[in-house]
Amino acid sequence: MIEFVLDSRSKVNTYMQLVQQVKQALRVGLLMPGDQLPKVRDVAQSLAINPNTVLKAYRELEIEGLVGGRPGVGTFVTRTLAGASLPNQAELREDLVAWLHRARSAGLTPEDVTALVETTMRAALADEAQQKEPA
Amino acid sequence: MDVVLEADQLGKRYGSTWALRDCSLHLPAGRVAALVGPNGAGKSTLLHMAVGLLRPDAGAVRVFGESPYNNTNTLADIGFVAQDTPLYRDFSAAELVTAGAKLNRRWDAALARNRLAQLGIPPNRPVGKLSGGQRAQVALALALAKRPRLLLLDEPVASLDPLARREFLQSLMGSVADAGTTVLLSSHLLADLERVCDYLIVLHAARVQLTGPVDEIAAGHRQLVGPRLDGTPPVGVAAVVRASHTDRQSTLLVRTDRPIDDPAWTVREVSVEDIILAYLADGDTMTSHTEWGVPA
Repeated sequence: MIEFVLDSRSKVNTYMQLVQQVKQALRVGLLMPGDQLPKVRDVAQSLAINPNTVLKAYRELEIEGLVGGRPGVGTFVTRTLAGASLPNQAELREDLVAWLHRARSAGLTPEDVTALVETTMRAALADEAQQKEPA
Repeated sequence: MDVVLEADQLGKRYGSTWALRDCSLHLPAGRVAALVGPNGAGKSTLLHMAVGLLRPDAGAVRVFGESPYNNTNTLADIGFVAQDTPLYRDFSAAELVTAGAKLNRRWDAALARNRLAQLGIPPNRPVGKLSGGQRAQVALALALAKRPRLLLLDEPVASLDPLARREFLQSLMGSVADAGTTVLLSSHLLADLERVCDYLIVLHAARVQLTGPVDEIAAGHRQLVGPRLDGTPPVGVAAVVRASHTDRQSTLLVRTDRPIDDPAWTVREVSVEDIILAYLADGDTMTSHTEWGVPA
């Protein structure tokens, strides 16, 4: 079972924040097929949000084929987003931790690291896309 | 779509002043609606007419299809917590639960006791000696014990500290999820409402300024920034809610009827809070300029 948290300063609306958290949990393997999502009532109460917002988020996930509702029982994960990449993640994470230590010793602040990762990722993905295009 | 509460040209006058006028709106079943407006906008007047405590001077209000002023049967389906949670202060919470059973046709005493026990409310202390947050919870528990189909709350969190406010809204959302109760709550604390409410009624200067589902309202308004506007706003603008101008730039909050795709204008989404404030501010300046006899 996962627990939702809301970022009240985020511009992303509440239902989308719930959707994103479930997808995130599916991506990192925190939620697996068969797992139950928190009950609508419990989410509404603990976050003090409208139950319709929770329902809307769960419906969205259902439309995307990630979860399924069982009437009277609850909502369950039917598919994972981790896919084949999950086993590789542990190793990549180790590399990343080592890299982060190097970045710290080189004097980079967390903001510097985030900025570097974001710009590099954009550039690298753009390069990849260009290479794929037929000349 | 089932309509729980419906007002048609509803009006209420105190002396020669209209507290509410030409109020037409409907509240669909299963919604949690926010009734928003500054003090004196007519929020309490509307709620008091919806619960049959006041008789309309114009138009009609119907709850579950009946006029609540003439039809006391309807009252069994309505839960109402008035402003400042008036309770018999010398009674304890346990005594109030017992009293409620004698005063109501339908009464779920077990529900009230369970709720109050879960919240750690002392059963035998006079409610006048409880904290404001605890008193609000007692009033909510009593209103819910009626198992109402419509729950009306007048400024339920205004006098509570942030923690008590959050706990109150948690209880409220939990019970809405349990029972599917339709809720209409008035408030001027906009930040809380955006998460809790999915329907909005904005009252200002005795009139309804805006009403509808929150997501439709959010999708139907945009902020535009562009060159100083003279003449007509860009295509897609249904109405300009609020505008401010410098010598070369205009900032508009607009209601849209289709996507705005004009390269001269920067289009931004606006929060529901900003939309509400735009509607409230609009009427304000207009009246005060006329009343003070100065040009707008």
